[in-house]
Amino acid sequence: MTFSYYPGCSQTGSAEEYGDSTLAVCRALGIDLEELPDWSCCGASSAHMTNDLLSVSLPGRSLAMARKAGLDMVVVCAACYSRMKIAQRRILADEELARRVEDAVGEDPRYAGEIRHLLDVLVNDVGFPEIKRWLRRELGGLKAVPYYGCLLVRPPEVCFCDSVENPTDLDRFLEMLGVEVRPWSFKTDCCGGSLSLSRTDVVEKMVNKLFVRAEEAGANCIVTACPMCTANLEMRQKPGTFSFEVLHRTPVLYFTELLGMAMGLEGAERWLKSHLISPLPLLKELDITV
Amino acid sequence: MIDSLNRRLERRLEERTGQKVRDCYQCKKCSAGCPVAFAMDLAPHEVMKMVQYGQERRLLQCSTIWLCASCETCSTRCPNDIDIAGVMDGLRAMALESGERIAEREVVQFHRSFLNGIKYTGKTNEPVLIGQYKALSRRLFDDLGLGAVMLLKRKIKVVPRMVKDRAAVRRIFDRTGKGEGR
Repeated sequence: MTFSYYPGCSQTGSAEEYGDSTLAVCRALGIDLEELPDWSCCGASSAHMTNDLLSVSLPGRSLAMARKAGLDMVVVCAACYSRMKIAQRRILADEELARRVEDAVGEDPRYAGEIRHLLDVLVNDVGFPEIKRWLRRELGGLKAVPYYGCLLVRPPEVCFCDSVENPTDLDRFLEMLGVEVRPWSFKTDCCGGSLSLSRTDVVEKMVNKLFVRAEEAGANCIVTACPMCTANLEMRQKPGTFSFEVLHRTPVLYFTELLGMAMGLEGAERWLKSHLISPLPLLKELDITV
Repeated sequence: MIDSLNRRLERRLEERTGQKVRDCYQCKKCSAGCPVAFAMDLAPHEVMKMVQYGQERRLLQCSTIWLCASCETCSTRCPNDIDIAGVMDGLRAMALESGERIAEREVVQFHRSFLNGIKYTGKTNEPVLIGQYKALSRRLFDDLGLGAVMLLKRKIKVVPRMVKDRAAVRRIFDRTGKGEGR
């Protein structure tokens, strides 16, 4: 299985543990990821909230590279995934727009390959029986609430999940790893990521609600597939001025980190150490070695 | 008093976003499911109604268009298939172009900082983004403790990541017009 790979900015910056664990699990499972040469930022929320043509042209540059590479493409950041898929859909459906993007990018952005989120590839292509063959460690004692957030499920026309209101892809993935999945009603609620710096007061309310509800559901960790959600949840529990008080100790983990831990891959300890809310005390309490 | 329909704004929004706000029949599902409604000055269904009535100035000056987080819960649930989050995008762009007073200046400053960073480096670099935003918004002392923790945890990289072909990225900003997302 060989894919083009669009890492996205976070995975080489604030969410390096997500990028590193992605590369590690793919290598171990025989999924070849060929990084797009000289890819650039997708523009995320700020582009589509202010300038429509820019919001299609920024992903357009990377789509043009993917077209040249000629492979299907894997993305792990839910925001990049959404922007890439929406730009691709619009470029292929609207020739006038495609021409304007081509003029801005200077290359042909009409990429017709499949853009896949890694979770989709693992659940639907690799499959649970195959992944299970590689599991070496028990994750018993971990009780997770799967947190899909917005951009993994909405808009449903471009997303892969099995349901827009109550998706179960990540639930089933975690159960396959031996993690107890706790039911909760906030799987697809927004964390307010794009307002995290500018309206911190609003975002704190949204984030704290998620932690409180996760704890009420009996979870001891929250599992995501989005670096924006993870950063926002870890950062926005408390007013930030001069202090960093933590109200909730519930760690927020990437699905790739749990897979890497279950497969006994090297590097897991390094990924886990870089979280703002350390998961290490919980893992020690549960006797889970990494 | 608002007592008559005025289709001008609705038509301009349709040209921009392809959305037919006239289809809204005020079921209010959008507002009921909106996770940010608690902070908004106009609920999403009120925005829809005011678009139908052509209340342009009030809409371009409201907080709601900037507080909408684009989670798309409303768009997904609308029984008339209106992409309400897409309408919000259209209103935001119109507000920036109109020169009207912006209700949520810091939200716009954030977007401007974010896009400026991409314009000059091709990628999003956390220290560049945060530094620019702090300078623009003058919120210099926010998150100092958090910043220190993030440096320690290597979440903030000191050396910015750059694309090699920065001219190609600049060209995208130049040709799409509004270089700083204004």
